[in-house]
Amino acid sequence: MRSPSPAPTQAALYACAIRLGDNNLILGQQLARWIGHSPELEEELGTANVVLDLIGHARVWLTLAGEIEGLNRSEDELAFFRDSRDFHNLLLVEQPNGDFADTITRQFLYDAWHRLYLAELRGSQDARISAIAQKAATEVEYHLQRSREWVVRLGDGTALSHDKMVAALERVWRFTGELFEDDETDRELAAAGIAPLPSTLHAAWQAEVMRTLERATLSPPENVFMHSGGKCGRHGEQHSYILAEMQALPRMYPGATW
Amino acid sequence: MTHAEPRTQDLWEILQAIPDPEIPVISLVELGIIRTVEWTHQRPRITISPTYVGCPANDVIQEDIRKAMSDAGIGPIDIVTALAPPWTTDWITPAGMDKLRAYGIAPPSRAPTHTCPQCGSTQTQIVSPFGSTPCKGIARCLSCTEPFEFFKCSAT
Repeated sequence: MRSPSPAPTQAALYACAIRLGDNNLILGQQLARWIGHSPELEEELGTANVVLDLIGHARVWLTLAGEIEGLNRSEDELAFFRDSRDFHNLLLVEQPNGDFADTITRQFLYDAWHRLYLAELRGSQDARISAIAQKAATEVEYHLQRSREWVVRLGDGTALSHDKMVAALERVWRFTGELFEDDETDRELAAAGIAPLPSTLHAAWQAEVMRTLERATLSPPENVFMHSGGKCGRHGEQHSYILAEMQALPRMYPGATW
Repeated sequence: MTHAEPRTQDLWEILQAIPDPEIPVISLVELGIIRTVEWTHQRPRITISPTYVGCPANDVIQEDIRKAMSDAGIGPIDIVTALAPPWTTDWITPAGMDKLRAYGIAPPSRAPTHTCPQCGSTQTQIVSPFGSTPCKGIARCLSCTEPFEFFKCSAT
């Protein structure tokens, strides 16, 4: 029998930090590929700023994961010297950039989840996790404002932009189920008051998403089979290409500095 | 430590003279990111709060503090980063707000529209919610037609 507030195991705390770090690292790495290719300068700036925030968050989460693990692994070692199976990001963030509609749709669905998750995490029993969440939450609020307005602008825009948003939702909606799946680690973290149980965030996420999609004259695809596995290290083919690009240099030249 | 009080004051004065690397018109103290200055084990310990977690200026700021202290003959020092409670734009001092405005950056504001730092008009429009640094966005004035940067308001 569990006591009301059992101390979490080190493995669960590590998973909490590494999952958050990996989500932000993989999404930040992917978004960074837009730089130099954005449709206009202002969007290039917007994307670059979101990337800075996400990579910044990834750095503090991975640093914390390394501290919890206690093996002296730095943020860089965790980012550049783990293989795909050891990454614990959600499948949603590893989906390809596609066109701008795909990128914005992926971003909005993630931002809406990220904001809710961080809001709950601010009250974490772990002071380190709570401190990072308090800071990150203020930044993610701004990400959501941007991606939400883009969803509306593209969905309720021209016939072409609308069609592209419909296609984008078709492609990424099936990766949203995983955001609210509870596994053994999540249950342990929730029982210890470290992190929210993902399933408890679904109603609020659904409300935010439906409200925005309605403004955008869009609706989510129905009867979709939801994919999952990212949280426990089972990723799609795309994941290895992301890592190949991100990790090639430090693996070829270990210890390289500017 | 009877000598701690005046020396802490000296440290604050040194910090007050260090410009923000990206907005050099205001100092680190005016930006509100210096949280505490104290002595531990005979070493100055400075706690700073980043404006944005991923801001590239964070590393430069630490280097600038170490250099300024070392130039003043003080060192070694410890620099600690504190994320909570999070820095918000409410921590910018009134003098910092005035300097931003004089420099041509609209200070952070809870108002729905920004006030043009050039002509004072409130007939302005946001061009981009993001700008050249994580803390700023871009707007334009509909009265004097000048574009300007605004400091993003992170206070709630």
